[in-house]
Amino acid sequence: MLFSAMFFPLPQASTMAPFTDTLFMFLFWLSVVLLVITTAAMLYFAIKYKEGKNSEEVPYIHGNAAFEWGTSIFLSIVFLLIFFWGLVGFNRFHTFPDDAIEISVIGQQWLWTFQYPNGKTSTNELYVPKGVNVKLILSSKDVIHDFYVPNFRLKHDVVPGRYNKMWFQATELGSHDIFCTKYCGTAHSNMIGKVIVLEPEAYKTWLRGGDPTKIDMALTGKKLFEQRNCVACHSINGEAKSVGPTLKGLYGRQVELADGNTVLADEIYLRTSMESPGTQVVKGYAPIMPAYQGLLKEEDLNALVAYIKSLKE
Amino acid sequence: MSQAETSGNVPDFYQAKKGIWNWIYTLDHKRIGIMYLFTTLFFFAVAGIFALLLRIEHLTPTKTIVSADTYNKLFTLHGAIMVFLFIIPNVPAALGNFFLPIMIGAKDVAFPRLNLASYYIYIVGSLLALAAIVLGGIDTGWTFYTPYSINTSGPVVFMTFAVFIAGFSSIFTGLNFIATVHKMRAPGMKFSDMPLFIWALYATSIIQVVATPVIGITVFLLAMERVLGIGFFDPKLGGDPVLFQHFFWFYSHPAVYIMIVPGMGIISEIIPAFSKKTIFGYKPIAYSSLAIAFASFIVWGHHMFVSGQSYVASMIFSWATIIIGVPTAIKIINWTVTMYKGKVSWDTPMLYAMWFIFMFSIGGLTGLFLIALVVDVHLHDTYFVVAHFHYVMMGGTVMAMLGGLHYWWPKMFGKMYPEMLARVAAVFIFIGFNVTFLAQFALGYLGMPRRYYNYEPRYQPLNVVSTVGSWFIGVGFLMVFSYLLWSLFKGKKASMNPWNAKSLEWTISSPPPVENFITEPVVEPPYNYGRKH
Repeated sequence: MLFSAMFFPLPQASTMAPFTDTLFMFLFWLSVVLLVITTAAMLYFAIKYKEGKNSEEVPYIHGNAAFEWGTSIFLSIVFLLIFFWGLVGFNRFHTFPDDAIEISVIGQQWLWTFQYPNGKTSTNELYVPKGVNVKLILSSKDVIHDFYVPNFRLKHDVVPGRYNKMWFQATELGSHDIFCTKYCGTAHSNMIGKVIVLEPEAYKTWLRGGDPTKIDMALTGKKLFEQRNCVACHSINGEAKSVGPTLKGLYGRQVELADGNTVLADEIYLRTSMESPGTQVVKGYAPIMPAYQGLLKEEDLNALVAYIKSLKE
Repeated sequence: MSQAETSGNVPDFYQAKKGIWNWIYTLDHKRIGIMYLFTTLFFFAVAGIFALLLRIEHLTPTKTIVSADTYNKLFTLHGAIMVFLFIIPNVPAALGNFFLPIMIGAKDVAFPRLNLASYYIYIVGSLLALAAIVLGGIDTGWTFYTPYSINTSGPVVFMTFAVFIAGFSSIFTGLNFIATVHKMRAPGMKFSDMPLFIWALYATSIIQVVATPVIGITVFLLAMERVLGIGFFDPKLGGDPVLFQHFFWFYSHPAVYIMIVPGMGIISEIIPAFSKKTIFGYKPIAYSSLAIAFASFIVWGHHMFVSGQSYVASMIFSWATIIIGVPTAIKIINWTVTMYKGKVSWDTPMLYAMWFIFMFSIGGLTGLFLIALVVDVHLHDTYFVVAHFHYVMMGGTVMAMLGGLHYWWPKMFGKMYPEMLARVAAVFIFIGFNVTFLAQFALGYLGMPRRYYNYEPRYQPLNVVSTVGSWFIGVGFLMVFSYLLWSLFKGKKASMNPWNAKSLEWTISSPPPVENFITEPVVEPPYNYGRKH
């Protein structure tokens, strides 16, 4: 009974969990086998050749090159297998599906805020539909946090001043713990949220419910865009202005920079271009845009990014 | 004519000059080694008590004995003191200082004054660390991750300067050892005649000299940012917090090898001496120390797989790290095979060597989990990582240190420790350690994050097991410290070579005379046991 209380089964609640667990169990049994071999050999030698029991003359064996090379090559092969197996899963974690719904996650000492595309927000409870790909755009208001869902076997650091991204597909209904796993101060261990996985229909109902005054995130972004008079320098209809490039169709495009590099205009690029525009000046334009670092709240940045993403060709 | 016969009338280095000032001003590497030994062990005891308090706090899921802020300070100080004031200087600066010159047949290190300076610099660093504790303690974690370490209150600057200054002592020791190994070997001793402990210290010294300046500059930048508000790492000031992690681990991963490689060196001494058989694979062990030293510089990013570091970078760091596993595994296999057809004694140093092989294997094997990228995504920053590095640092380095301490105790102090008591203590430590940290592997897989003051009630049974295990470790170490102190006064007098070991330190009296060798040392091939003449 005590044993089962200690080693409770950890639910597999995402598409990644079975993959991770399979590799974990492979490594577990591989380790057990290698440890048993080493320990058994050591104990066997220690007992069989115990001082006093072994009266034979000690041989002078200074090594065996074939043995050393043989084990090295064998271990290299096993280790590289582990490397590739881990890489395959990691690759899946880093390959974002196109059809994912996007939710912004804001970490701060010591709570989580979630912004949904339709403008709805929730605190410490992330609602997602089952069987649907969900992409999280992670940012922090203060220090580094880490968004970790053990039942999903997934985590990612939440770093201030930049966006990190992760995705998952939940496979189990119900509530799953979110732990902050990057130490963030006094109440670090109380920064616990829940992922609530609903049936897709129930999710839609939840998303529509609640505050009737909520405004679509892109719409909030549009208002900010006007208030801040971004439109003075950046057109939204493709018209070229001499001060700043148009934002129409920008998201997802390759942008040529003044320093000759090319970058993908993803969320991270858009954010950096607002907070510290001097670092990525577009080719053909002067570095005159003021930096909005500290002037835009985390929620505002997310809304502006959502708005710019909506300006499709 | 052996050394002992000629040294009959020569006083040992304790007797030669007495009085406190002869210790304070000493240039004798042996005395400096002894001073380092007691100072580092003092810090080991302090940080160990912090660890026991942390474990007691975890008996219940919420508050047990201390507040959340106190808990955060305790784990920070436990880590910072263990790493910077105990485990990095302990084996090289204490045991290495005492034995490196003797084992290569030298009178002293190449730069005795630099050696003494390194000790006092270490003391200044330690005092700054103690000041940080007295001024209220810090709660950044030993890793000082930004921007938290910039925003939090507390004497963070004191602790960073403690690290900055202690770093110089590490550099001085490394520099000294490199010069000593190159220039001071006894006539006729080739590199390939050196004991493997010397190879290990040599490899460690290279890392110390090359890597330590990086941590110095990193914590210096951190202090500048805190004091002057220069934005290196805080995004609010235009800095990059992840840059700090790159700088930090560029030192701190090689530093892991500063911690473990000297321990590997000790094991390479103990196993032949207590198997009465030459080491299996001298060259692979010697060269793998150097290989590990160099490779340790290209693996730092494996601490950052979920930090937002690029996919390609993570892939390269994962690959480089898995490759470094091969020379490490080769060492373990060679040590085990050395026992084959030997005459194996079960004296305390050998027990610790066997604990080392067992526990360090677990440490290495669980490293495979963390290097498999997708599994690391799950296990990163959980108790699995805590257990893993304790198996490497404590199951590895500390077991080796204990083995070395018992092995060389008769030589350093001229007294034997009580063998039966020592074996009992070793069993306590073995059981306690494995109970404490095996439970933490399970906790980590089940998702309990590290540095958690409160935890979900479902994790309580394993936490209780882990805490009870820590008490066995505590009792074991209490026994070790007690009987070692006892033996200084009441221990049986040690002979010149109580273990019938072969390296040069066993050809001179116990404790050694001031200038180590009365007559010119006779260099033999290393581990010259059972050789067919």
